Parts: sequence; C-alpha cells; structure tokens
Amino acid sequence: MGKRVGMEVAIAAAEAVALCNIDVAAVYPITPQSHIAEHMADIVHDGRIDAEFITVESEHSAISACAGASAAGARAYTATSSQGLMLMHEILPIVSAMRLPVCMANANRAVSGPLNIWNDHSDIMPQRDSGWICLFTENGQEVIDLSIMSFKIAEDPEVMLPCVVNIDGFQLTHMIEPFELPSQAEVAKFLPPRKPFAQLHPDNPISMGCFAMPDTYAETVKAKDVALRGAKKVVTRVFADWAKRFGRKYNVVETYKAKDADTLMLTMGSMGETASAAVDEMRKAGRKVGLVKLRLWRPFPVEEFKAAVAGCKTLIVMDRALSTGGAGGPVATDVKSVLYGEKKKPRVLNVIAGLGGRDLAVRDFENMFDLASKKKDETFEFYGVRE
Amino acid sequence: MNPVQNFEIFAPKLVDRKEYFSSGHRACQGCGEVLALRHILKALGDDVVVANATGCMEIISSGYPQTAWEVPYVHVAFENAAAAASGVEAALKALRRKGRIADRYVKTIAVAGDGGTADIGLQALSGAMERGHDMIFFCLDNEAYMNTGIQRSSATPYMAATTTSPAGQAIPGQRTQKKNVPEIMVAHRVPYVATACPSYPLDLISKVKKAAAVKGPSYIHVFSMCPTGWRCASEITIKIGRLAVETGVFPLYEVERGKYRLTMEVPEKLRPVGDYLKLQGRFRHLTPSDIEKIQDQVNREWEILLNKVECLQPW
Repeated sequence: MGKRVGMEVAIAAAEAVALCNIDVAAVYPITPQSHIAEHMADIVHDGRIDAEFITVESEHSAISACAGASAAGARAYTATSSQGLMLMHEILPIVSAMRLPVCMANANRAVSGPLNIWNDHSDIMPQRDSGWICLFTENGQEVIDLSIMSFKIAEDPEVMLPCVVNIDGFQLTHMIEPFELPSQAEVAKFLPPRKPFAQLHPDNPISMGCFAMPDTYAETVKAKDVALRGAKKVVTRVFADWAKRFGRKYNVVETYKAKDADTLMLTMGSMGETASAAVDEMRKAGRKVGLVKLRLWRPFPVEEFKAAVAGCKTLIVMDRALSTGGAGGPVATDVKSVLYGEKKKPRVLNVIAGLGGRDLAVRDFENMFDLASKKKDETFEFYGVRE
Repeated sequence: MNPVQNFEIFAPKLVDRKEYFSSGHRACQGCGEVLALRHILKALGDDVVVANATGCMEIISSGYPQTAWEVPYVHVAFENAAAAASGVEAALKALRRKGRIADRYVKTIAVAGDGGTADIGLQALSGAMERGHDMIFFCLDNEAYMNTGIQRSSATPYMAATTTSPAGQAIPGQRTQKKNVPEIMVAHRVPYVATACPSYPLDLISKVKKAAAVKGPSYIHVFSMCPTGWRCASEITIKIGRLAVETGVFPLYEVERGKYRLTMEVPEKLRPVGDYLKLQGRFRHLTPSDIEKIQDQVNREWEILLNKVECLQPW
C-alpha cells in the first residue's frame, strides 16, 4: 500500500506525475499552477526521475513541445492555467486530432480581463470542444489518483487522446491535505511505459500531422468524436481497475444523497465538498436535497448523468463560468440539451456563482437551493453579484 | 563560388543519390524552396526527424493520404516548428537514454518559411535556440507569405510589391527593410549560423553537413526563389538566385562561433542590383531612383558584412 502523507495539492500533483515514468515535461509557469512546475523541476533536477524537463518560453511552446515529444513516442506532460491555457488553445485540437495522449494539469483560474488570478472555470470552458478528455477533481486524493489514471486512459489503444485534469486554483492547488500516495512499484504495475501506436523515428519513417482536403477532413473529425465518446468506457474501466488495486472507487458522475431528493444541485470541481456540507445541513432540516457531481466533463457522460437526475423535480446547475451573451453557463446549456428529448425531465435552473475566486460558503449553497425553490422560470442568474 | 572541377566524376561522392523528398509533390514549377529541401535532406541522410511549420512546403508535401517525405515527419502548426522540434529532440534523447528506441544518433531539424521564422515563429525559434536544443532550424525564405497568396512578411525586401504591400500610387510596395534573422541568431550565440541558396547546391549541402555536425542548435537561412510570388519565369529561378548572390542582395556566408566567413568568391565589384530586380514583376514599378536607393542599401549592408568578416573573431 501507499503511504499516508500530508502536502500541498500542487506538490502532490507533481509527485503523482513523477510516479508515472514520464519522458518529457514542458512547462511554463503561471499562477496558480507554478508550484506544479517548480516541484516538477525539483524532482527532475534531483535526478529522482529520468525525464527531459523543457523550460519553454510560453505555454504555446509548452503544448507544442509536448505534441512533438508525444509524436516521437514519449510520455509527455504539461501543466498550465488560465491565460496559459488560452494561449495553448490553438494547439489543443491539433494534439487531439493527431491522437497524441499528452496529459496536462490545469489549475483552473479566471481569464482576463480584468486580470484575476483566482479560481473559476472560465479557462477550461473555451477548450471544451478541443477533443480532450476533461476530468474535474474535488480534493487532493483525487488529484493524485486522476493524474496517474489520466495517462492510462489517454494512452489506451482505443482512446489515444490527450487528457486534462482540472484542479481548482488556490482553493485546491494550494491546500495542504493528507492523502495516500501510491508507491512507485504499484504505479509501475498499473502503468507500464507508453507503447505508442506510431512514433517519429528513422527506423520506420512516417508522416504525422498531414493536411487534409475536404474529402478526408470530415472523416478525421468524426473519428476523433467516436474515439472521445468511446473513451468513457475506458475511463470507467480504468476507474474500476484503480478501485481494485488501490481501494478508492470513482464514478464518472458522482451523487450525494441524491436517491430520494426532489432538488439536486450539479457541481464540478472542489465546490462539491462545500455543497455536500450544505446538503447535510439542509437534510438535517428535513429538506430533500442532494448533489450530482460531474467528474468527467468530456466526453459528456450522458447515460450516467440522466440516471443520476432521474426522479428529481428541480436541478440547479452551478456554473463557474458564463457563455457571455449566450443561454447561460456552459454546463447548464449542455445539461439542458442533454435533457431536451426526455419525456420526464427536471426543471433546470442555472446559477452562475463563484467567479474569479468569489468565496462560496455552506450558507451560500443553502441560499442557492432556496433561490431555486422560489423561482418559476428556467432562466439563469448570477448569485451574489452587486447591482 | 569556387567552381568544382570534374563535377561529373565527383558529384556522386558529394551528393547522396538517394531521394528523401519524393517527386510527385505539388510544388509550383521552378520552386526554389522545394529544391533547397531536396538538397538539405540529401545532405542529412537517413537519421533525421523533420518538424515542419505550416506553409508552402507542408501543403505541397503532406496532403493526406499521400506524403512526399521519406524521413519521419511531423507538422503541428504554423508558428511552432521550433517548439515541436524541441519536444521531438527531448523525446529522442530521453527514449534513447531509457533504451526504448535504437541507440543511434538522430538529428532533429525544423523547417519553416520566412513567415514561420521571422514573424509568427520568431518566439518559438528564439526559445529553442536559447535553450540549446540539438537541432538545425532551416528558414526557407521566399520573402513573403506565398502559401496564402503573396502577402508581405517581415522578410519581404524594401519596395517589393505583394498583395498586402502593393505598388500603389501613394505607397510603392513594402515600406520596411528585410528583417535580418541570421543576425538575430548570431546574437543568440548560436554556434553555427549560415546563409545558403539552392542556386549553389554544393555550398548549401556543405553548410547543412557542418550544421549537422554541431551538437547543439544551428540555423541556416536559405534564400528560396519563388517564381509565382516574384512574378518571374519559372525557368530562370536558378539564375535569379545566382543574381541575388552576385549583386550582394543575398550574400552567402557562415558564422562559426561568431566568426564570419564569406563562402562566395569576393568580387571586386558587385553586379548592379538592377540586374536582379529587372527580372522580377514584384519590382516592375521601381523608378531608376528607387533602384539607386536599393543599390545604396545593398552597398551599405555589403560593407557591414565585409567589416564583420574582417574584424570579428570566434568566441
């Protein structure tokens, strides 16, 4: 078994990746990701792992170097946040189209402007259509576990797609928590060195990243979508394997006191824990409320999500980003379209909250439940914004 | 340029017979870039991995399901050939060290056009050179964004007409001077920097071989004639390249650890630039006084280069 340790979550993320026998890491520092990059540098510079650490001049080059490294057959890793992820944006769909299993940690942070270094999900949402597997973490233990699993999922021959593990900036990255760190031997058994489908080497010259005319482009787009949808099966399989080996069970959609609930709230990321506390409080007061937490955001776990919300009357979707000028938050609009064809569906209310690091306490989640019970229509609204 | 005596006898020893860039690609007739690429790959041989930027050479060579590349090749995007090559180089190093690929030295090269080098790709190039990756970066300079339709780049020469620097009534063509990327590379303390032109294939090949022998970064700026964009006949492309060199518009030199050396025979007097300009439609609008102005600039740059050749010592 692994050992119980206490450390900052960002440090733990780097420690977890260090267990994964990575070959190349290319990282550019950005708050609140920097501790991952710094600790990764410490690990490489102390010779604890045998990897190339490229201190690139930008996030754009970080992801480009990872693409090159992965194409050459290496297990490549990067970490970023906010503006850095936005700078990578151009390359993200290329990495997935080339079917390169690059793994990345994203310390979720609001995007500029105004400049804001604190947490919300407005950095990852513009990337959601990039063809990456997209996971959200709730606590330090999940960061460790999902970081390691992300390589296994991404490199599966059925998948071969990049994967991003979202870690709420500061609220999670800078927490000091106790958790179990698996041993090197256990991880090595779970995750053998990468076996690339194809790699850049003169022993077998191939061309990668070719351009496609209209007669083949659409086929590649569809192939990527089929692979990404199919990745859910592999995610579930890897989660099950992990549970067997390490005793910690994960689901693509988690529920909390949801079975008999008439009102459910949906969250992603670290807010789930605070929301759980609010559910506990409200249950004590006899209110039938519960929680649904999306761990897997892309591919969207349609069936599991529908099963999780079946039977509830009201679903409050908490979004930590806004599709400006659109129909609300990106999670809510997705959820609504998933439920649209259902005969029996809950009323979906969308609350935009916790933007740019705005604190949300247990009381705030209770307020959101209250707000929903009073509302008649299905519009979205900002929570706690001064007019 | 020193003429090679008995070229027919020596040529097979000087140039690899094997083709690493196959025929049947989609380059325009008379393309200087593709010719340069062919020579470059011949000079490098088998053990090489190519990272290519988006641009003419990527579009003409990699249209799925075909490829003109007989060596491992990757294209990611327009501005990141140097960054992608950094990753390839690091991966080859790590995988070789860990025994996961053959224990054999493989050179990584990055290839980009002048836009992917001097403009949008400059940051990635600067980063890769500064970090000292073991790679050769080739700029195939055809002096504009030819792939997108002949728009000006920062490598477009003064007064040249392009679709975004047209020879208008008020402004006659490109308003700025050509960006000197080789100098920028020298300032990065890149151990080997050279200029080359496919009109001088043996010079080009020997420079590529020199760069390949460097265990670290090197940079070769290849003047690549473009009949389409330069509005000239495709059969005079080699001649145009030679005229660029003979007029001093594009001198051939190399910089080894800061020491400049001309690799062309130093003429007593350069040919007049008019000889070079008058063959190309992009300079058709120039007046005699415009040509005079360009001549003055070429003379000045030539003097600066000669001074460097004479005075600068290796570091």
